[in-house]
Amino acid sequence: MIWLTWRQSRVQTLVVAGALAILAVILAITGPQLVHLYDTTVATCHAHHDCQIAINAFTSRDGALQNITSFLIQVVPGLLGVFWGTPLIARELEARTHRLAWTQTVTRGRWLAVKLGLTALASMAAAGLLTLMVTWWSSPFDRIMNSPLDPGVFSERGIAPIGYAAFAFALGVTAGLLIRRTVPAMAVTVAVFAGVQAAFGLWLRAHLIAPIRAVSPLIMGQMTGVGITTPGNHLSVSVTPNLPGAWIYSSQVTTATGSTNLGTAPQACFHNLPHLCNGAISRLHLLQIVTYQPASRYWAFQWYETAIYVALALALAGFCFSWARRSVS
Amino acid sequence: MTSAVLRAQGLGKRYRRRWALSECTLDIPAGRVVGLVGPNGAGKTTLLHLATGLLQPTRGTIEVLGGRPAAGPAQLARVGFVAQDTPTYAGMTVDDHLRLGARLNPGWDAAMARDRIERLGLDPRQRAGKLSGGERAQLALTLAIAKKPELLILDEPLASLDPLARREFLQGLMEATVDQGLSVVLSSHLVADLERVCDYLIVLVASRVQVAGEVEQLLATHHLLTGPRRDLATLPAGQQVISASHTDRQTTLTVRVGTPILDPAWTVSPVGLEDLVLAYMSRTTKADRKPLLEVQR
Repeated sequence: MIWLTWRQSRVQTLVVAGALAILAVILAITGPQLVHLYDTTVATCHAHHDCQIAINAFTSRDGALQNITSFLIQVVPGLLGVFWGTPLIARELEARTHRLAWTQTVTRGRWLAVKLGLTALASMAAAGLLTLMVTWWSSPFDRIMNSPLDPGVFSERGIAPIGYAAFAFALGVTAGLLIRRTVPAMAVTVAVFAGVQAAFGLWLRAHLIAPIRAVSPLIMGQMTGVGITTPGNHLSVSVTPNLPGAWIYSSQVTTATGSTNLGTAPQACFHNLPHLCNGAISRLHLLQIVTYQPASRYWAFQWYETAIYVALALALAGFCFSWARRSVS
Repeated sequence: MTSAVLRAQGLGKRYRRRWALSECTLDIPAGRVVGLVGPNGAGKTTLLHLATGLLQPTRGTIEVLGGRPAAGPAQLARVGFVAQDTPTYAGMTVDDHLRLGARLNPGWDAAMARDRIERLGLDPRQRAGKLSGGERAQLALTLAIAKKPELLILDEPLASLDPLARREFLQGLMEATVDQGLSVVLSSHLVADLERVCDYLIVLVASRVQVAGEVEQLLATHHLLTGPRRDLATLPAGQQVISASHTDRQTTLTVRVGTPILDPAWTVSPVGLEDLVLAYMSRTTKADRKPLLEVQR
């Protein structure tokens, strides 16, 4: 059965392995150059007081490759699900070859276990190698960005893409055996996978761990804007909390009693007198309330997300097994 | 004592609302080449899939070689199956298919498989997708035979073959049957295909078994009667009318009897297998759809 699985999937496996090898070579050549450049420019920029210039120069390096790696890591788990997962059973059902396979001296459960298990592991390994390479190659850029929990970056690094690949694969297999036609099942796989990814990124991930709600007196140094609303002449204050790498859900300034209505702005603030205005604001004893996830929770989020996707994949695989035990001819 | 290759008791299979097979009771002895005949959609494939374990019965029981179909590797090893349209992996070569057979079947007879492929003149490096219908059928048959089953089940293996390929396929099948002492069940919607090879016949029409029995026995107990027009109610009790046609003056009947026909009014002539099957097929278009009892052996 292992031989048959290999025989049926060797072309696709070799294509993906070849593509990964080419990417590995490119990244292995450019990666060390990036690290060297980072060490000689960005890391030492404080001494030369030209950090912004150094960072701008650095982040524009290998722009095409940055885009390509970002694109690959986003689409590859889904593509593996579509092109490896969906046809796994759908193609057998379409060509009726399952009738040939299921009447050999191999039970249906074993047939599915080997086929599903090996191909799932292969797609997880492919996604794992890809994310390993991309995470390593992008690390100098990520150090500059320092926002590992940012939704745009989070799902493209670490171990989460392995979970995505497992889920996309199991989803593809399930869609294939329910719809029994490869091409429509591919479309369904893409739609459902994209929907789950979007729901996870936009909504679910933020609820995985309860955020920290930090209440503190307004720190004048973190104040980044003072405004006066018209009409009403109400004061509005914005702050940028000093939380490097944190994922900030919200940042609010309230009165000492917790009201978001800060009242009428002090007179000094109407006359474009920053020092007097700041002094007046500090006398109001405002509070700043920040809801956020600290950067230290990065790996907790990675593990949770990966575990949830893998659990979904296992549930789908369980469904596939119960399907195989029931009879389909 | 279980010399039955296939035993079904009240077997039924329903797809959603439609019964594809119902109240099927069969007891097929070992060592026979069984023809399963019926029009398209009669339930032949359903019955064969139940026998291979590709389907589970909705009702009743089925036993193949004394075991539950597809119950485990041991049971799977004992039954060879060639599915309708003889599916093979289009992208895999003939040689790959033989290797598939060898890897997935502990009882695989590699020498015999290679020998068969060689005699058929198939190129081992040819992809199965490029084979003609006849060659593909032969490849599928080779896979099924070389796993050394005790029972070989073939679902409409001849349907897509041209006459020459049909003859070669049946020839190959018969050789293997004799060599290995196989029991065979093969289905077809054409009696002519089966006439030369089968010694046991099952007629399946509209999801029900109409008649089942040894071909010789069937031929010996069915007669074609021709005589002056006559009311069917006046026939003796032992004569069961399978089909009847009347003209103004004449009545033609296909009847099934256990005893010789003594009535001098009838001209009695033997029934060919094809006419016999057609008589059963046409019968089901009428109201009487009760399955008949199996021929006593």
